[in-house]
Amino acid sequence: MTNETEDPLTGAALLRSAGDRAADSVSGNQDGVMFTATALDQKNARTERGYHSLFLVMSIALILPVVAILALLVIRGGPAFSWEFFTESPRANFTEGGIFPALVGTLWLVVVALLASVPLGVAAAIYLSEYAKDNALTRLINLAIINLAGVPSIVHALFGLGAFVLFFDFGTSILAASLTLAIMTLPVVIVSTRETLQAVPQSFRMACWSLGATRWQTIRKVVLPNSISGILTGVILEVSRTVGETAPVMFTGAVLFTPFLPQGVLDETMAMSLHLYMIATVIPDVPPEVPYGVALSLILMVLVLNSASIGFRVYLRGKKKW
Amino acid sequence: MAESTQPHTVAVTPEAQAIVVDPSTAAIRVRQFNLWYGDFQALFNVDIDVTHGKVTSLIGPSGCGKSTLLRSINRINERLGYVRTTGNIELLGQNILTPGVELTPLRRAVGMVFQRPNPLPLSIRDNVLFAYRLSKGGKTTRAEEDQVLQKALEEVLLWDQVKDRLTRAATALSLEEQQKLCIARLLPVKPSVLLMDEPCSALDPKATLAVEELIWKLRGEYSILIVTHNMAQARRASDECIFMLMGEVVEHSATGEMFVTPKQQKTADYIEGRFG
Repeated sequence: MTNETEDPLTGAALLRSAGDRAADSVSGNQDGVMFTATALDQKNARTERGYHSLFLVMSIALILPVVAILALLVIRGGPAFSWEFFTESPRANFTEGGIFPALVGTLWLVVVALLASVPLGVAAAIYLSEYAKDNALTRLINLAIINLAGVPSIVHALFGLGAFVLFFDFGTSILAASLTLAIMTLPVVIVSTRETLQAVPQSFRMACWSLGATRWQTIRKVVLPNSISGILTGVILEVSRTVGETAPVMFTGAVLFTPFLPQGVLDETMAMSLHLYMIATVIPDVPPEVPYGVALSLILMVLVLNSASIGFRVYLRGKKKW
Repeated sequence: MAESTQPHTVAVTPEAQAIVVDPSTAAIRVRQFNLWYGDFQALFNVDIDVTHGKVTSLIGPSGCGKSTLLRSINRINERLGYVRTTGNIELLGQNILTPGVELTPLRRAVGMVFQRPNPLPLSIRDNVLFAYRLSKGGKTTRAEEDQVLQKALEEVLLWDQVKDRLTRAATALSLEEQQKLCIARLLPVKPSVLLMDEPCSALDPKATLAVEELIWKLRGEYSILIVTHNMAQARRASDECIFMLMGEVVEHSATGEMFVTPKQQKTADYIEGRFG
């Protein structure tokens, strides 16, 4: 202790000199109180509050359209809901009856599209994230994904018509429509899956490799289990998009009306989105609450499909060990 | 193991390379090893011998190539596509840079401990048994596993602390326990060499001491090559010391000698803290 106090730059001496410096820096303050706001501090605080409110307002503004849309649909479409609405076919030139075949048809389309795009998309994402080196091929693939994401849905529809309906001769069918939807949503699955995979810390991979695991063992035992919830997020996004798409299905597999429910993937089917488009724009004398009712059902369908995967996701996240 | 019990010759010659290791006792022999990251040459004609059953520390300023050299010995550097090497690295007498060498068994023979403890996001049990299960192709019985698990955790002095929570997440352990676990998970596949890349730099002094004691305990059975920034650690916890500078080996001496009578001026400057 004696050693320390002898040195002018340690111990109490150091504390004293720090106090002096602090006092110097606020010497302009008439009350002699330390740490009060200067004019510059006040200006900074005002700016800070300004930006804080700006960002808050912007975020809240995002909620408004969602609430407005839902409110409108519930108020105007709610009266159309009844047991028959969900369980019967349209009758009397779409002015009576329900949407049951369209509901079933959309489920078919979504499920078959998922079966095609999720394995393909996840596999591509795994390749790009875990195996691909930065070379010309990888850059080409990335370019293709970006461009695929930018193709308008009507162009996908024409491609689907040419490729699946005519060239592969699937006819207008669930298979052709779902494959078209799958190609359209593939970029979403690939990009979101790849980002999720890359969010898994590199140190886990290093640890696995240094323990003698191959890349696949690393992916299988560590990377995938820790990214499955993020991959599901991509799938949820895809479901939402697939359910609502109209253009890609109207040329490839969806029809305005068919008296039969689809029995297999080579049948044509009704679909919610096309049904909504038609009764809202083409068919005369449809009661006004019916299109809103269909729109509300479409949104509810997305919510139901999503909440299943969200529930699964929450369950998986609970099991995560980091 | 018979070799390591034989007395080996550490001939201290007045010339630059101070330690000449009898080939039969060298766990690792690196000869004329050069390494490039793209156009940048990180290692220049590196020659080192790591004695069987000893702790050898690699010291030198940041960026001198210590970690690069370490990572070349289990060939984990190759994950980066742009790495190119020339020269030889022999592990227990076999050149590991020849085309016939399979990486999986090599990595089992050369365990690696990282700077930041990196237990896998699995349970303690699954972490320790990870490499073991891979090496058996997934065909292990519960009884075997229990035995291997306990032996490995006892070897790293962790069994008593964790035996009641083996199914809990390994990432919930303290950093010291995590690092010990990372050492424990190497042991079931019976490596001959342990590479450690600054294994204590993320730990507090008490944990550092505990891990150092563990390293000291493991020597003999395993040959250990440890990269460290901590001069005091190199001095406390290694038998031999290799000083590197700018991608070259400057001096290789017994630790006691290097810190008392370094043979090279550069070594003396570094040890006394004049740079680095």
